[in-house]
Amino acid sequence: MSAKGLDHDSINENVKRAQYAVRGELYLRASELQKEGKKIIFTNVGNPHALGQRPLTFPRQVVALCQAPFLLDDPNVGLLFPADAIARAKHYLSLTSGAGLGAYSDSRGIPGVRKEVAEFIQRRDGYPTDPELIYLTDGASKGILVPVPQYPLYSAAISLYGGSFVPYYLEETANWGLDIDNLRQSVAQARSKGITVRAMVIINPGNPTGQCLSEANLKEIIRFCHQENLVLLGDEVYQQNIYQDERPFLSSRKVLMDMGQPISKELQLISFHTVSKGYWGECGQRGGYFEMTNIPPETVDEIYKVASISLSPNIAGQIFVGLMVTPPRPGDISYEGFVRESKGILESLRRRAQLMTDGFNSCRNVACNFTEGAMYSFPQIRLPPKAIEAAKKAGKVPDVFYCLKLLEATGISTVPGSGFGQKEGVFHMRTTILPAEEEMPEIMGSFKKFNDEFMEQYDDHRGYSRM
Amino acid sequence: MRVEISKSDSHVLKCEYAVRGEIVTLAQQLQQELLAKPGSHPFDEILYCNIGNPQSLAQQPITFFREVLALCDHPAILDRSETQGLFSADAIERAWQILDQIPGRATGAYSHSQGVKGLRDTIAAGIEARDGYPADPDDIFLTDGASPAVHMMMQLLIRSEKDGILCPIPQYPLYSASIALHGGTLVPYYLDEAAGWGLEPSELKKQLEAAKAKGISVRALVVINPGNPTGQVLSEDNQRDIVEFCKKEGLVLLADEVYQENVYVPDKKFHSFKEISRSMGFGEKDISLVSFQSVSKGYYGECGKRGGYMEVTGFSPEIREQIYKVASVNLCSNISGQILASLVMNPPKVGDESYESYSAEKDGILSSLARRAKTLEDALNSLEGVTCNKAEGAMYLFPCLHLPKKAIKAAEAAKTAPDAFYARRLLDATGIVVVPGSGFGQVHGTWHFRCTILPQEDKIPAVVSRLTEFHKGFMDEFRD
Repeated sequence: MSAKGLDHDSINENVKRAQYAVRGELYLRASELQKEGKKIIFTNVGNPHALGQRPLTFPRQVVALCQAPFLLDDPNVGLLFPADAIARAKHYLSLTSGAGLGAYSDSRGIPGVRKEVAEFIQRRDGYPTDPELIYLTDGASKGILVPVPQYPLYSAAISLYGGSFVPYYLEETANWGLDIDNLRQSVAQARSKGITVRAMVIINPGNPTGQCLSEANLKEIIRFCHQENLVLLGDEVYQQNIYQDERPFLSSRKVLMDMGQPISKELQLISFHTVSKGYWGECGQRGGYFEMTNIPPETVDEIYKVASISLSPNIAGQIFVGLMVTPPRPGDISYEGFVRESKGILESLRRRAQLMTDGFNSCRNVACNFTEGAMYSFPQIRLPPKAIEAAKKAGKVPDVFYCLKLLEATGISTVPGSGFGQKEGVFHMRTTILPAEEEMPEIMGSFKKFNDEFMEQYDDHRGYSRM
Repeated sequence: MRVEISKSDSHVLKCEYAVRGEIVTLAQQLQQELLAKPGSHPFDEILYCNIGNPQSLAQQPITFFREVLALCDHPAILDRSETQGLFSADAIERAWQILDQIPGRATGAYSHSQGVKGLRDTIAAGIEARDGYPADPDDIFLTDGASPAVHMMMQLLIRSEKDGILCPIPQYPLYSASIALHGGTLVPYYLDEAAGWGLEPSELKKQLEAAKAKGISVRALVVINPGNPTGQVLSEDNQRDIVEFCKKEGLVLLADEVYQENVYVPDKKFHSFKEISRSMGFGEKDISLVSFQSVSKGYYGECGKRGGYMEVTGFSPEIREQIYKVASVNLCSNISGQILASLVMNPPKVGDESYESYSAEKDGILSSLARRAKTLEDALNSLEGVTCNKAEGAMYLFPCLHLPKKAIKAAEAAKTAPDAFYARRLLDATGIVVVPGSGFGQVHGTWHFRCTILPQEDKIPAVVSRLTEFHKGFMDEFRD
């Protein structure tokens, strides 16, 4: 008898339904082409080191020493490692009570590192926070309100756990801003369908949209969640990636605390951060944390229980979190080098954000909002009716059709907007701003050539008003 | 009004994980009290025997592995001449080899969602060398420890509470917790304590039929070999019975093989379920098999690195795609853990510069574990009313407590299960932390606790004497 244990009919429906476009059809096709020898530029995922961004030196020195503590006993270790990295490695090793990287820690994370995160949050926001309410994680889920467009982790996770994805649409014409009326409408619709809306996700800065929320917007969101009894889930993993000066990063927690009581003591908030983004880009370490505000103790206990089943997040990743929140300070040996490396990365990202926005805006039938933050560009591609027809004939969603053609022609691997959600009949494409700066002109040139030829082929020369 | 987890809709509330449960929280409190007020308890230190976490109890990592990992973390030093003075030559060479398998040598980048291809090649070769049967790198999914891989499979298999998963009792409570979290039903099959925790195929059949009669669709069978908490190494006959059973009944065989390097008895050997299946002539079309391995156990004990994999064979391409999809939502497991998994499956060989020191470290750890297992087993068997099966493998002893009626009554009065009552008393008197058997499941009316064999060898005499003294006092108090 052939194994029938797991087949098409018996697999969990939620798994079948879940989609994760970031590593979906485009990525798989790009990988196939790469195997055939074609040069591919992967702009499908926010994975800086894969595109040549160098790791910051200091954290790697510290973690290497933690990895091999016997080095610390060697008299020659100072020839390879600066004194402050050696001292910091000893510091983190002591926080693990000497067990080093090889023992499970407390399921919530090493207490000393959680304390460092709390201290960072206090410095950043100006309000104290409790390390007990900070849990370190292995990288960073009923009805959950999620912005559309959104990072499809949310829709996939909701799908996998059998919840209801309740979209609220961001306004592309208002720089991907949030309209409270859209929110109210989404909630009302969901409720009329019998869905209990439990939480709301904000991604700030946005992914894929890049917008940085204003203080006014954040206050509106907080008031709304408070009124509607929603837990606010603040995905703030791109908080270091800000490319304009009008709207610096404001943490949801800071704005909440600024609003004072009763809301500051009642609104339930969980904020997320990671070492994968920012100017660190250490995706492969799988380090991050979440911070809980006003979550009931019984709920915290349940979260702890679930965390304990996974034993603990990887220790090296936890140390990366500690290093991220406690970087070298003025006077430290590694300070100048660290600042040089980080500034270099951030300034380059800012330039690339502008380059890409301008580049896309110079293309026919393409309109692109400026990337205020995060790591992505999300241009709108106005596909002519003939292109949409051709896509249908090929059995493909229109933006998938466009992105596949782009891939075949140029080797640029993107994620079609349908992977993130968009208004009906409006199409986008997400690329990262991560390819090396020197390669940008060529990449944008290559894109423009493809796009303008594509539009020439499929356009009926009537022009469109912006939707 | 606050948003609370409502009792009606939460699988979370139902799941339990005793290894880090109540007794451990109590122990941590006592530890704090000891720090604040030394002498406030009849012991100087808490001895954590609750969790398989070797390096928290001073077991040292394998030097060669850590050398390679450090170099991969900071490849900038590979070009420096000073590096050759600090690292062994073969560690440097292995680091180069591994870095060349990682695109751009970027250990900070997300990898392929199944893990770096070159590392999977290494692991597949290691599996083949171990079993004598081919292994395909595309069947390997590298994960942050074995636990996430177990969760992935439960997620795929369980549609509703009508889906059942056969699990050994006693079992490692990851399985019961994962099944509960995913909304499925645990279908127990009882291991036979009197027969060295052996498995009777008739027991499997009986439990399967009983579940079916209740309308449960049994989807998979979990086997933990070597066993946790029970420590038995299955005989090859037993393994063949299990494979036949799964094939006949169309069950996915979930083989937890994380203790494959922890075998302490000369008359037993680890055989992977894949090896057994292939040796019976069963291929991909005959049996769906998932093997879980981890870097947390063995002689390497690298719990904190979070490395592991599942090897998945005998599934249709459509299902394989779904498995890949679930893996891709998490993007990838941590790279350092992936590298370590490849080192574990391809350690230094005879002739390598580091082989002698590696071998000495490995043998030192394994022989020490075997000695500690024997010493603790003998000590437990010498206690009045306690019987303890041999720890043939893994890292635990799971003695049976034949408690006097008076003790059981006292436990009832304290509204605690008798084994939890005993464990609590043990903790309060000696500072030794064990996990009550009810955390793992046991035949109704029997009582056990799980104790690791991991305390440092020089602390074992103290563990034995404290335990012996406590037990005598306990029996004096409660003897019928």
